[in-house]
Amino acid sequence: MEVESDTILHLAELSNFSVSDDERMSLKKDLGEILKYISQLDTIDVTDVEPTYQVFEMENVWRDDEILEQEATREDLLALTHEQKDNQIKVPKVL
Amino acid sequence: MKTANKTVTATRLVQDALDKAHEFEDYNIFTFLDEKGALEKAAEIDAKIAAGEKVGRLAGVPFAIKDNFLAPFGDTTASAHILQGFPSPITATAVAKLEAEGAIPIGRTNLDAFAHGSSTENSYFGPTLNSHDRERVAGGSSGGSAVAVALNIVEFATGTDTGGSIRQPASFNGVYGLKPTYGCISRYGVVAMASSTDCIGFFTKTPDDMDLLMEIASGKDSKDLTTLDDYYNNNKIANVNKIGVIKDFDNDSVDPEIREALKNKCEALKSKGYEIVELEMPALKYALAAYYIIVPAEIASNLSRYDGVRYGFRSENSKGLNELYANTRDEGFMPENKRRIMIGNFVLSSGFYDAYFLKAAKVRTLIIKEYAAAFLKCDFILTPVAPNPAFKLGEKVNDPVAMYLEDMMSVSLNLAGVPGLAIPAGETKNGLPIGLQLVGPRRSDKALIEFSKVLEEA
Repeated sequence: MEVESDTILHLAELSNFSVSDDERMSLKKDLGEILKYISQLDTIDVTDVEPTYQVFEMENVWRDDEILEQEATREDLLALTHEQKDNQIKVPKVL
Repeated sequence: MKTANKTVTATRLVQDALDKAHEFEDYNIFTFLDEKGALEKAAEIDAKIAAGEKVGRLAGVPFAIKDNFLAPFGDTTASAHILQGFPSPITATAVAKLEAEGAIPIGRTNLDAFAHGSSTENSYFGPTLNSHDRERVAGGSSGGSAVAVALNIVEFATGTDTGGSIRQPASFNGVYGLKPTYGCISRYGVVAMASSTDCIGFFTKTPDDMDLLMEIASGKDSKDLTTLDDYYNNNKIANVNKIGVIKDFDNDSVDPEIREALKNKCEALKSKGYEIVELEMPALKYALAAYYIIVPAEIASNLSRYDGVRYGFRSENSKGLNELYANTRDEGFMPENKRRIMIGNFVLSSGFYDAYFLKAAKVRTLIIKEYAAAFLKCDFILTPVAPNPAFKLGEKVNDPVAMYLEDMMSVSLNLAGVPGLAIPAGETKNGLPIGLQLVGPRRSDKALIEFSKVLEEA
């Protein structure tokens, strides 16, 4: 299946990463082959078949609306980030 | 497995494991060895034993965790650059349960980054070598764990199996590998790949070890609402009479030596009085295509959380926030991670959703029905794990579809949520391990392990 360069760029945008020119060429080839492979589902008839999205046997699992004890503290979690200020995570300017 | 006592101490068991890990350093099995922490934990167990206190069922037993399990030693990297610099503050439930019984994690094992792969070659830290042939792959994605057990470094290791990531490396290295029923073991604290198929399981050297680990690790967890009620320990061992073999897998796409091994096991079972039932499961040939639609879709969603903001790697010198996201993900993911994320976003995108994702979800229903029908005709199914024994390093790494075909006989179990146990079944003429998998209905995990002992002798 032929994948256009524009499709690669669109998918990279949806996926939130940039793609270099070299990468674009190899992705065109690889994604084309993968899409060709998965497109074999065209040949199977699934009329009147219900889809399955999960194989867990229960529908909804409820628990009490109470905050459970947490293993990690706010300090533990903030310590994982690169920059923090006033108990907030710092990132480059947004606006 | 050997547990610690007064004469053979936990310190001795752990030190031996660490020494072996160093001896096999060039196999690239571990992403992190927790030497200091492991020896400290061993000393604690030894002190308890010396004081005559009660110790757990796995007292002093050294084990390894796949590096996608969160635990507060080393970084949890999932062998991906984007998670480097992530020392987890929490412990995965499965690891906590094992440690509560006295088992001692000595380190983290290598995998295909984010468990995307079938050879451990997609790791940011390079491939792990096969235990039987250093020019061949370990299998994947749990390659490091399989090799750590096969080379006798540890007694057992944890793994994750989304489409074969425990069973295939187990078969490539001649050890037992179990993918339990979906929902059997808590996934709390394990890096998510595809939530509707991800399972936690183990690599062991014997069926009895597997049974013990399952008794300990399985069960409901309030931190993972997709865990089933405790059933493992109450499972009645069914009377096994009929073993199914899948006709659709008996063709040239499977290595002749593996087909031979399967045939031999069936003959041996027949001579012991078991009935061999031939099954036709025509939807299974679509399982791989359905899997490589459903799983990338879930990957695209699960991996959207890695943005360089809250933890892990962050790209330097980005001008704005969007650039920081894009650069971090661009530099932090491996090529296979990117392919899967992009395919996932493709099959979910408007205009393609019905033709790909919805269709795959319907094919999944057909596969589930085929398994249900099969288990009316037989008690368990015996199939190859993979179409071939361990292949050469580099042989498939540039051909994604060839790599995906490795999973053709393993993914359908994950789509259906049924358990599968990879068992060693001899070696090829060239000395490479052959594995077969025993498949059962949901919740038959314990019976599968029990029956594998019959196969061991067969």
